[in-house]
Amino acid sequence: MSIDVIIFLGLAAVAIASAVSMLISRNAIYSAIFLVMNFITVAVLYLLLNAAFIALVQVTVYAGAIMVLFLFVIMLLGAEHVETSRKLPWQLPVALIFGLILVGEFGLMLYTRMDVLAESVQSVVEGFGSPASVGSELFRTYLIPFEITSVLLLVAMVGAIVLSRNERKESR
Amino acid sequence: MDIPHLVEWAVESIVIIVGLIGGFAYLTLFERRVQARIQVRIGPNRAGPWGLLQPVADGIKLIFKEEVIPDRADKALFILAPVITVIPALIVLAVVPLGPDMVLFGYPITLGIAGDINVGVLYIMAVSSIAVYGITIAGWASSNKYALLGGIRATAQMISYELALALAFIGPILLANSMSLHDIVNAQQGFRWYIWLQPLGFIIFLLAAVAEVNRDPFDMPEAEQELTAGYHAEYSGMKFALMFMAEYDKMIAVSMIAVTLFLGGYWGPFVNQFPLLGPVYLVLKTVVVLFIMVWMRATLVRFRYDRLMAFGWKILLPLALLNVMGTAAFVLVGG
Repeated sequence: MSIDVIIFLGLAAVAIASAVSMLISRNAIYSAIFLVMNFITVAVLYLLLNAAFIALVQVTVYAGAIMVLFLFVIMLLGAEHVETSRKLPWQLPVALIFGLILVGEFGLMLYTRMDVLAESVQSVVEGFGSPASVGSELFRTYLIPFEITSVLLLVAMVGAIVLSRNERKESR
Repeated sequence: MDIPHLVEWAVESIVIIVGLIGGFAYLTLFERRVQARIQVRIGPNRAGPWGLLQPVADGIKLIFKEEVIPDRADKALFILAPVITVIPALIVLAVVPLGPDMVLFGYPITLGIAGDINVGVLYIMAVSSIAVYGITIAGWASSNKYALLGGIRATAQMISYELALALAFIGPILLANSMSLHDIVNAQQGFRWYIWLQPLGFIIFLLAAVAEVNRDPFDMPEAEQELTAGYHAEYSGMKFALMFMAEYDKMIAVSMIAVTLFLGGYWGPFVNQFPLLGPVYLVLKTVVVLFIMVWMRATLVRFRYDRLMAFGWKILLPLALLNVMGTAAFVLVGG
């Protein structure tokens, strides 16, 4: 077993454990912290794949910016503890069925595409995933999707501001 | 990966961490002495010659203090929070080049652990965005309303000023045409410091950095008069010392990063002939930036919270955006 495989197995164990802990912990603060841990572990997995740029963006954007906002809102609203009384009776069977379908699909894909996956993926171009190459790809090949995404995000932001404004006026 | 490289990295890591711990101890003394002079006092001068043993005395005192964990605190997170706070402060300097490349005992040596990675600036951003968690968690886990308010204020402040900080990074990146701190420093060789081309960028960086480390005049998270001590109100003994150390080590780290980005890093006269002078210049310039921070604390009063937010979002951020656009135009036309 090469050292990469050992590191991968350790990271995978941590990633899965933190994801499961996030789901089952009763305290929303703990859930948020486990999710941060999961994001950071996934970032290290990216590092293992020689994608340093994606790894650091993952930490900055997901683990840093987004989860801090989540934690901030949870703390501000005092919504640490989940109410256990409000349970949906149909949720568990439906979730189970969907989960099984997903696992089945995943297994089928793995089984039918085995030959493709077994091919080596080491033939990555020199400098692939570096900040410069990601930037030039984004701004040359994928310029229009990139711009549309930014407009979408802007619309969402403006929408949130407009909605909260109206509420404030009514309360006066 | 060969043995000499591993030894080099291990030694450099130890030097950086020990340097930061010692730097923290003596930065407290430096700050107290300088502030005392500014306020026409003398400052601590009893322990050892010129008060040089004062940090040791403080450390011993803190070790023997009683460790109190509040009854209603979340114990696991309460203990974990100082650790989460201090680690980013200790690891962020890994990408800062400490000196020029040199040959020692027949081996080529790079001073600095990973100065030449091509995402160095992003690494700093990633680590500083993680640094918020320790403070936030400390505020929440204390189960004290003042601590919680301090933690929330710190979170809001740090995510607001991180934007301006990130935009201030872009000036040097554009000028050096690289995100590696190694290239940024080398582009400033021969007194072509980026502060001459980026005075606005440097000021924005310094202000945002002071806000990021929660120091006066942006120390709303620990405003003594209203929040007792903010997020570390419930901490005592060595846990308090760790919180304190994180704050001062962050100060040292942002000063060193400011020197690297804007003040020519380790370059100075005769560094080409004597490479070991590099770290000396780096430390001296860092002390100058640290002095400015101490000076600000001794001179300026604390902001009001809404003004702090308005300053960050309505003044600093647009100025930083303007600076980025101006620099980009400058590079496109002149460079």
